[in-house]
Amino acid sequence: MEFFERFAIPHPSPAIYASMVAIAVVSIAIVVGLTYFKKWGYLWREWLTTVDHKRLGIMYIIAAILMLFRGGADAIMMRAQLSAPENKLLDAQHYNEIFTTHGVVMILFMAMPFIIGFMNFVVPLQIGARDVAFPRLNALSFWLFFAGAMLFNISFVVGGSPDAGWTSYFPLADNEFSTSVGTNYYMIAIQIAGLGTLATGINFLTTILKMRAPGMTLMKMPMFTWSALITNVIIVFAFPVLTVALAMGTLDRLFGTHFFASTNGGMDMLWANLFWVWGHPEVYILILPAFGIYSEVISTFARRNLYGYKSMVASMVIISLLSFVVWVHHFFTMGQGAFVNSIFSITTMAIAVPTGVKIFNWLLTLYKGKIVMTTPMLYSMLFIPLFTLGGVTGVMLGMSAADYQYHNTMFLVAHFHMVIIPGVVFAMLAALYYYWPKMFGFMLNDRLGKIGAWIIAIGTLVAFMPMFISGLDGQARRMYTYSEASGFGIWNMISMVGALMLAAGFALIVYNIYYSFRHAPRDIGSDPWDARTLEWATHTPIPEYNFATMPKIDTYETFWDSKKKGTTLFPDKIEKIHMPNNSGIPFIMGIIFFLWGFSFVFAMWIPLIICTLGIFACMAYQSFENDHGRYISIEEIEETEKELGGKR
Amino acid sequence: MKIDHSLPLEYSTDENRLKILGFWIFLGAEVMLFATLFASYFILSGGTGDGPSGAEIFEITPVLIETLVLLTSSFTIGLMVHAMRLGRQKAMMGFFIATIVLGAIFLGVEIYEFVHYVHVGAGLQTSAFSAILLTTLGTHGAHVTFGLFWGICILIQVKKYGLTPRTTNKSFIFSLYWHFLDVVWIFIFSFVYLKGMM
Ligand code: HEM
Ligand SMILES: [Cu+2]
Repeated sequence: MEFFERFAIPHPSPAIYASMVAIAVVSIAIVVGLTYFKKWGYLWREWLTTVDHKRLGIMYIIAAILMLFRGGADAIMMRAQLSAPENKLLDAQHYNEIFTTHGVVMILFMAMPFIIGFMNFVVPLQIGARDVAFPRLNALSFWLFFAGAMLFNISFVVGGSPDAGWTSYFPLADNEFSTSVGTNYYMIAIQIAGLGTLATGINFLTTILKMRAPGMTLMKMPMFTWSALITNVIIVFAFPVLTVALAMGTLDRLFGTHFFASTNGGMDMLWANLFWVWGHPEVYILILPAFGIYSEVISTFARRNLYGYKSMVASMVIISLLSFVVWVHHFFTMGQGAFVNSIFSITTMAIAVPTGVKIFNWLLTLYKGKIVMTTPMLYSMLFIPLFTLGGVTGVMLGMSAADYQYHNTMFLVAHFHMVIIPGVVFAMLAALYYYWPKMFGFMLNDRLGKIGAWIIAIGTLVAFMPMFISGLDGQARRMYTYSEASGFGIWNMISMVGALMLAAGFALIVYNIYYSFRHAPRDIGSDPWDARTLEWATHTPIPEYNFATMPKIDTYETFWDSKKKGTTLFPDKIEKIHMPNNSGIPFIMGIIFFLWGFSFVFAMWIPLIICTLGIFACMAYQSFENDHGRYISIEEIEETEKELGGKR
Repeated sequence: MKIDHSLPLEYSTDENRLKILGFWIFLGAEVMLFATLFASYFILSGGTGDGPSGAEIFEITPVLIETLVLLTSSFTIGLMVHAMRLGRQKAMMGFFIATIVLGAIFLGVEIYEFVHYVHVGAGLQTSAFSAILLTTLGTHGAHVTFGLFWGICILIQVKKYGLTPRTTNKSFIFSLYWHFLDVVWIFIFSFVYLKGMM
């Protein structure tokens, strides 16, 4: 019995017990359902063992949407607690846990997989490749991310959630002040997911650098691929910093070291520095692919080529460099002195320049374009003004002297939500509508889509604009309540309304998926948007080999040119195609990593050692396995192409 | 699989070239990993608390042995690649084995060194300095340990299949890894030990 006590929740509440029951019921329902409909074999063959970038992309996106709802539930609880002064819905400890899991889930387990999901689905198609460079590693990346996400998500029912904020500053995150295993979950779950992300970075860099279709030089790559390239460079250079920081945090908490303690020579500010050396590049890992999506959507629906291609690329390169030299702006108030603050103030504000260049390029693409207002385009149009609000307030925060007023208030919370929601979330929703037909062979309803977009955009404004005001008035962030006399009540009540609008908007998207699945026509062809880039040049549904023959590229929009001028995109004859085999190893490693992390969280050393050996055994097996992949014969390809409406 | 005979075996297929580039990128990430550790080391190296400082615990003899052994192993792995390109499997395996043996000696001395540190009162929990010292050295040592097992796996495959595009590719990538660990060690030698002893 004593053994099991460690799994108890230190600070329970009826809602947590209810969640336990709900989780158990849903898990049982899934198992029963799969057994009843005899879907285990299908699931294993087609999804769990797949190494196909398209399927992995879809799995990332599904996971991201699930996490969006988990993070969204946290958000609604927080807004509900704050909607009135001296509210008693949540106590301080629960509020701490909820804002921590909300932040981590939204940034690392919602936004990241959403972006990586679209990178998976789109990039190989856009560059005319058959898959990524290392398909099996790609599957491993997904399963590591998924293992990390699941491990983090069970914290609130097994052992207790982390409660030191998504930034997990020391000494608060040390054993002395964070006594439950929650912060162990933080350190280890993010570590596991981070390893997967690092592998993704290496994989996609290699893919984009080496596997482009003949004739596609770097400066003929579509803009989304460019953004993916730069993002992956940032991933490769930023994530190892997080790896080290988390490892040191883990050592501090579980092995009694004093890296970040305030005794025995430790230095708590080292954590803050390492965290943000990764953390600020991380926000650009999120936003650059989103910019890439907007570039694709805007040029498709303005029916003209992207204005300022070269300056788009240059601005992304500059942003990626600057993103590594601004991290101190997250703690101007923590005592590094005026000189250091001024330097980081200047670098921070400098980022607004290349960002502004991009905004103007989009505006100039629209100018003289023939705008077609579809749902993805509507999201892009709403993005520009809303994101600008977030960016301009970012520059305000970047002025170190002024930041003493804004720091750690709701003003900051409003800033980063106004950049992340219009910037990243709108982009992901635009991409979801835009690529949906390519993924599933039918379109999402445009009318419902547009209503949803307006509700979400207005909801964002209603939820976050009041925070600028209450923040300037001094409402602190991460405080579970405030007094009546402060006068913050009204602003928080308005915020609550906005949060409910956002929830309604997301619910409408889910309904739209259901509605369109039932009613949308299926004969939409392979290029329903009349788009410009290669991913639309192949069939829908996309055959597993993507392109029967390699496209020949001579301009930045060869597919568009082939449609307008009738040039041939696929001049070659069909040859047999080499494809990688499916493999169960990545999935199995994901499970072992989950158990490994779980054992680590609870300091159960024997299972930890067993799992470690298991991981090495999988790697050795992988090394010795003689799997040369397989070939798809010419007849088989011709057969498939005929079924899909003839070879391109 | 198309084999390009104008290139050395390890570069001869598309897949091989992808793997080599991918590994270089991985080494880029490793550079960041060790750079972060070094940065943390410099920041915490004064944080000795009640524990000893570097100058009080570093011993020159084991460090010199480690350095010598590891540099030699980098030389033998270079010879391994050379023999591989000449198609001389026996010699190639000989140099490979020599590298692994030298790596094992390095590791043995490093373990002695760790025991020594704990003995003189610089354990993981003593101070921030001792912790970052052991973590930095330990990360490098863990890489070497992993390399030993990895190298043995590759060696077995070379024995089994001969010098094929696959096995040469793996061996070549291993040599990149091993040279990288040597470079990291040179940084450790200069900036941890020499600087610490001065
Ligand atoms: C013009 C561009 C931007 C500028 C000048 C800027 C500036 C800043 C500054 C100075 C802070 C720290 C404020 C404080 O702690 O007092 C901050 C926080 C933050 N920013 Fe931005 N930012 C910009 C764009 C972005 C983008 C594009 C994203 C994400 C996609 C983002 C996400 C965040 C997040 C998540 C935080 C809060 C971190 C925390 O929890 O403390 N920012 N920003
Ligand atoms: Cu920042």
